[in-house]
Amino acid sequence: VSREITGADTARGELLRSQSVASYDGAEERLFQKLCDRATAEDLIDVAVARTDSPVGELMLAATPRGLVRVAYDLSSFDEVLRELSSSVSPRVLEAPKRLDAVRRQFDDYFHKRRSHFDLALDWQLTRGFYRSVLEATARIEYGHTASYREVASAAGSAKAVRAAGSALASNPLAIVVPCHRVLRTGGGLGGYAGGLDRKAYLLRLEAGE
Amino acid sequence: LQKRSTGELEPFADVVSQYGRAVYGFLVAAVGSERAEDCWQETFCAALAAYPSVRNPQAVRSWLFTIAHRKAIDSHRDSAKDVPYAVVPERNTDEATDTDSDIWELVAGLSAKQRLAVCHRFIADLSYAEIAEVMHTTEQAARRNVFEGLRVLRRAKKQPA
Repeated sequence: VSREITGADTARGELLRSQSVASYDGAEERLFQKLCDRATAEDLIDVAVARTDSPVGELMLAATPRGLVRVAYDLSSFDEVLRELSSSVSPRVLEAPKRLDAVRRQFDDYFHKRRSHFDLALDWQLTRGFYRSVLEATARIEYGHTASYREVASAAGSAKAVRAAGSALASNPLAIVVPCHRVLRTGGGLGGYAGGLDRKAYLLRLEAGE
Repeated sequence: LQKRSTGELEPFADVVSQYGRAVYGFLVAAVGSERAEDCWQETFCAALAAYPSVRNPQAVRSWLFTIAHRKAIDSHRDSAKDVPYAVVPERNTDEATDTDSDIWELVAGLSAKQRLAVCHRFIADLSYAEIAEVMHTTEQAARRNVFEGLRVLRRAKKQPA
């Protein structure tokens, strides 16, 4: 008998492979669900992620045990967001929609105008220094109100750093919850928005009650 | 704060979607479909727990199958007193041919080492070097186990051309 692997061996291997994975498609959802439940119970997930639908497109939400860490628009791809979370927070990233149920409900309420303030623990670890000060100042702008770039720069401790304030807002890891859409040009121009000006305009109209 | 050194690791969610099927297939053939789901959970839970300590992001696959291999052996050990491996995967009987059932009967007849080695080679598609690593053996022994396993499987009826 030859020690070489023959075509028939390969065919047998292929048969074995196709039969053994045959029931996977039916089992996959249940397997993922169970894994997520067990990993949650055993505290193995450092970054829980979930997707949620909204009038401004699908959103990806991510939370650490400390709180909500990321709200991302579906701009390029969520895979990119996952990779970013993996390298900057922890590679123990897993979809765990249940862990984000409360957050998703608050988003739902916000978009249905039943809520004007997010009541959530936030994990600020993706931003630091002056950028973080700018975003914290932005978090204090109330629903339905706006501020200028100069005002948030000033509130963050440096009235002259208007351009840096703009960069900080563009890097906001917590879109919508930290309402960088409420920051406008002096004089009322929309300025910029990482999620696109259409979204910024939509959120402002929503909050203005239009 | 600790300085992290795992910048290159993929998010674990991607590991599950990328290798979930192959690990499942390996386990069905290695421990039978009845126990495959539990072993799959054990494998991915253990993997998630240890994931940040993986040093070489390029070797995630063989690292994962090392865990699956261990879980398969644990499962055999736990159940050594009740049923020996004899579970044929569920499938549509209309589609099952003589060759299909033969191959599972023959797989059941392999020794644990042969069966695991054959599964690693043909289901997980690991190289002999990887099989050796996963099974804590030499590459030569890995080849021998695959070869001996194949010799048993060759007794299956000839494949239809």
